[in-house]
Amino acid sequence: MTEGAIVYSFIPLLAILCPATAAILILLSSKRPNVRESWTIIAGVLQFSLIASMIPTILNEEVIECTFFQTMFTGIAFGFKVDAFGLIFALTASFLWILVSFYSIGYMRSLREHAQTRYYFCFAIAIFGAIGVALSANLLTMYIFFEILTVSTYPLVIHDQSKEALSAGHKYFAYLLTAGVFLLFAIMMTYYLTGTTDFTGGGIKALAELGPAYKLTLIILFFCFLLGFMKAAWMPFHSWLPTAMIAPTPVSALLHAVAVVKAGVFGIVRIVCYIYGVDLMTSLKLGIALACIAGFTMIVANLFAIAQDNLKRRLAYSTINQLSYIILGAALLTQDGVRGAMMHIPFHGFMKITLFLCAGAIMVVTGKRNISEMGGVGKTMPVTMLAFTITAFGMCGIPPAVGFISKWYLCMGSYEAFLQISPVMITFLFVLLIASLLDVVYFFPIIHTAFFKTPEGVVGEVEVKVKEAPLFMLIPLSITAILSVVFLLDYILGLNIISMYIYKLVEVAIENVGLIP
Amino acid sequence: MVRLFLAEHYPVLVIAISLLSAFTILIAGWMNKKTCLPISLATISVQLFMAFFILHQVITSGTIHYWLGGWAPPWGIEYVIDAFNAYVLVIVLFICLLTAIYAKRSVEKEQPLKIVPFYVVFQLLITGLCGITVTGDIFNLYVFLEIASLAAYALIAVAGGRALKASYNYVIMGSIGACFYLLGVGFLYAVTGSLNMADLSYLLPPLYGNKVVQAAFVFFVVGISIKMALFPLHIWQPDAYTYAPSAVTVIIAAAMSKVSIYAFIRVLFSVFTTKFIQIYVPIDTAISWIAAIAIIMGSVIAIMQTNLKRMLAYSSVSQVGYIVLGVGLYSTHWGLYGALIHILNHAITKGCLFMAAGAIIYRSGLWNIRDFEGLGKKMPYTCAAFTLAALSMIGVPPSVGFITKLCLLLASLEAVEYAFVAVILASTLLNLVYFWRVIDRMYFVRKEGEEEGEKKDEAPTSMVLPALILGSLCIIVGILWLAGEKAPLFPIVEQAVTTLKGVIVP
Repeated sequence: MTEGAIVYSFIPLLAILCPATAAILILLSSKRPNVRESWTIIAGVLQFSLIASMIPTILNEEVIECTFFQTMFTGIAFGFKVDAFGLIFALTASFLWILVSFYSIGYMRSLREHAQTRYYFCFAIAIFGAIGVALSANLLTMYIFFEILTVSTYPLVIHDQSKEALSAGHKYFAYLLTAGVFLLFAIMMTYYLTGTTDFTGGGIKALAELGPAYKLTLIILFFCFLLGFMKAAWMPFHSWLPTAMIAPTPVSALLHAVAVVKAGVFGIVRIVCYIYGVDLMTSLKLGIALACIAGFTMIVANLFAIAQDNLKRRLAYSTINQLSYIILGAALLTQDGVRGAMMHIPFHGFMKITLFLCAGAIMVVTGKRNISEMGGVGKTMPVTMLAFTITAFGMCGIPPAVGFISKWYLCMGSYEAFLQISPVMITFLFVLLIASLLDVVYFFPIIHTAFFKTPEGVVGEVEVKVKEAPLFMLIPLSITAILSVVFLLDYILGLNIISMYIYKLVEVAIENVGLIP
Repeated sequence: MVRLFLAEHYPVLVIAISLLSAFTILIAGWMNKKTCLPISLATISVQLFMAFFILHQVITSGTIHYWLGGWAPPWGIEYVIDAFNAYVLVIVLFICLLTAIYAKRSVEKEQPLKIVPFYVVFQLLITGLCGITVTGDIFNLYVFLEIASLAAYALIAVAGGRALKASYNYVIMGSIGACFYLLGVGFLYAVTGSLNMADLSYLLPPLYGNKVVQAAFVFFVVGISIKMALFPLHIWQPDAYTYAPSAVTVIIAAAMSKVSIYAFIRVLFSVFTTKFIQIYVPIDTAISWIAAIAIIMGSVIAIMQTNLKRMLAYSSVSQVGYIVLGVGLYSTHWGLYGALIHILNHAITKGCLFMAAGAIIYRSGLWNIRDFEGLGKKMPYTCAAFTLAALSMIGVPPSVGFITKLCLLLASLEAVEYAFVAVILASTLLNLVYFWRVIDRMYFVRKEGEEEGEKKDEAPTSMVLPALILGSLCIIVGILWLAGEKAPLFPIVEQAVTTLKGVIVP
């Protein structure tokens, strides 16, 4: 409800121009790999520092605006508006981009992949789209970047260019562009009903004031939005995500664990908190509906995950499940629920990216993709598997990784919902706990296999040689793993600086959407 | 303002110099073949300059009325140029200019013996197109329509072989269309005794109940619908587009179809009025539905095609549907905007696509989409242009196609026609299916049994450059549209829409 003072600044524009310029430079220096890769790194560092430079202003409860022009549609401007919530997503995506860029260098060169220029080019464009989504001031601007994100990730998904990859790409497009169509309809409908599409803390007033005659319209509109955000991979519209795992691992790591899917849940939280608003959501009972979808996804995705033997596919199902944690948090419509959801966006990002990076490292070193073959990997690749173990703990909501905190808040949120909204909401507390339990069921076998089983065909004690992935890959995944522990530490210590002020930003965002403590 | 030489005569000069140039090319080309292109280029450049000047004048100081030979309107022929004419005129001439550059190598290869006649007829076609656009007299419009059509028949037939049959089909269908139009003109003249559009719009309202007037209206609509290939009257179009020489396809698809649509809108709103359409012959619902069917059918048939040019031809059928849908929804705020904006959008996009298709045929002789594997490496610039235009066809933001989609969506929502909303959205996906298939082949599908690292083998610059210009315009113009009032484009359309509606609302 409380929107801070507006500061006009070009920093958002500069931040978004970093990957765009990098993309062009990458194309131009396609013949010299070292120059090409350094563009990515430079752009990444520059972009992250630009985005981080906005933190103090936002913490000051101000909003940074950067409007380019009023569009031909009166009431819709094309521009950026950075608020606390958008900044959290932008920070996560841009920080992880730097690490994944390093990792990509190691991964792509170790495997001697083809078409690397195209790969780096599309990657930069995808980040351009993701950061654009994070910083957009309204739905139309967001839609533009959303579609750029979809189209630019297609060449990454089908990078392999095999028949299998192509059909995976087609599936990817079939889902996500159909979703885009629904989203476009929903946006235009919102504009038609209210004359604006700006994200407003606490929801668009005009939408809430439409009156009871529009009740059904609003419900249908909400489901169109949900269909539009198929990127969030809620069930039953999830199957593009496991299929997209055919992409190179850095792509799966950054795009299909952070940028693309988070853009989806980011969108859903935007709709719930900034378009509809908590009050309207409550009065239309949409919160419960959304929570049911999320709860269903959480349980079923985890059951699916248990059945997977391919490590990346298992992680993909785990992503589907964790995304629904975020959706559920928003759907609870309580202060702690939303807080947990907003925290889980960066935290899940850091943890899941570590898991994927580990999976990639194992693949590069041993060539193994299936969990059943991974006996003894823990001994040959101790650092990688240690990182994997820590973050897998976090995924299950067990300290020392940071997943514990967001899950704690989500549980608190569902209890709050039980007290405030309806007694039925206590179900979701159990759903959360069961889902976390299932997380344990499918993560622990991996750890067990890696550390305590001997490789196939090997009998008795054998001298094990440590053979880790190249440093380009090992360092990024160690950093993300360490950070996911450091964030938890920071929660206790309250230093803020080492966790990029995420906790404080979340508090500001909570206040923005009208859930004042 | 700086006074330009003969500035007040530009409306007629734009046609006169084109016509004269056609004959000059004939004589000069008879002596030396190489003079054809420079003369043609120079003429079109001058015309384009005049068109820009006219546009500027219309925007700053209102509609231009030019009396041919000084004869006062109801008796003499009057050229009336408002924002709408000037807008279409600039688009058409711009496309013509790029096509003329593009045509050089294409014609040299495809019709080495017919270079001179080609440029003569080409220039005549441009004369006809400009004439249709500037005139304010319905009979004069007919004359220019026939000049343009006859030139187009000839240009298509130049290719010989199957093009002859295609051209013949077009002659038959086009003549029927022209006859219908002429009948409409005759009926109106019989009732009112006037041929001037402005005059007619004064004389007609008391006669709206007259059956002859209503019959005339229907003749007009059907006649022009044939010319602009509105589904189901499009049957001449796919063959004509497929078998015509590459350059001719570009100009017919990008420029000529736009001019027919211009005539359609002009007759609907400047000769007749919305009041007439609303009360006496309520065809707006009918044409909206026809347009909706056209959008879907055009795309569905396009999906079945394997010949790239034929696929693009059917895509044109669907795109004409977009424009007509916008016209059909004229009563909403965004309907006419959608139609007018899409005139430019489609000209750019389809021009680019056909140019790319022509360039591919020129260099590699490939027309079947199945053979396009690895083309992205061989002809990177052509394929890049094609991709940009294809993305715009699909409507990926911020391309031009996206803007059209937004306008039409808003118009359909305002008209509370959810069927049209569904049609527009479904068409996005259908476009995706048939365009992405091509892009997939070009870049991602691997050729069986062949190693990577094919050599670059690009079409000549004079063909690739126009395609690339149009391709990049797909994005630039999209952003300009979006920028609304700030950019120079939107105010033109705004003025055009207000004049079109202003004539109607008493």
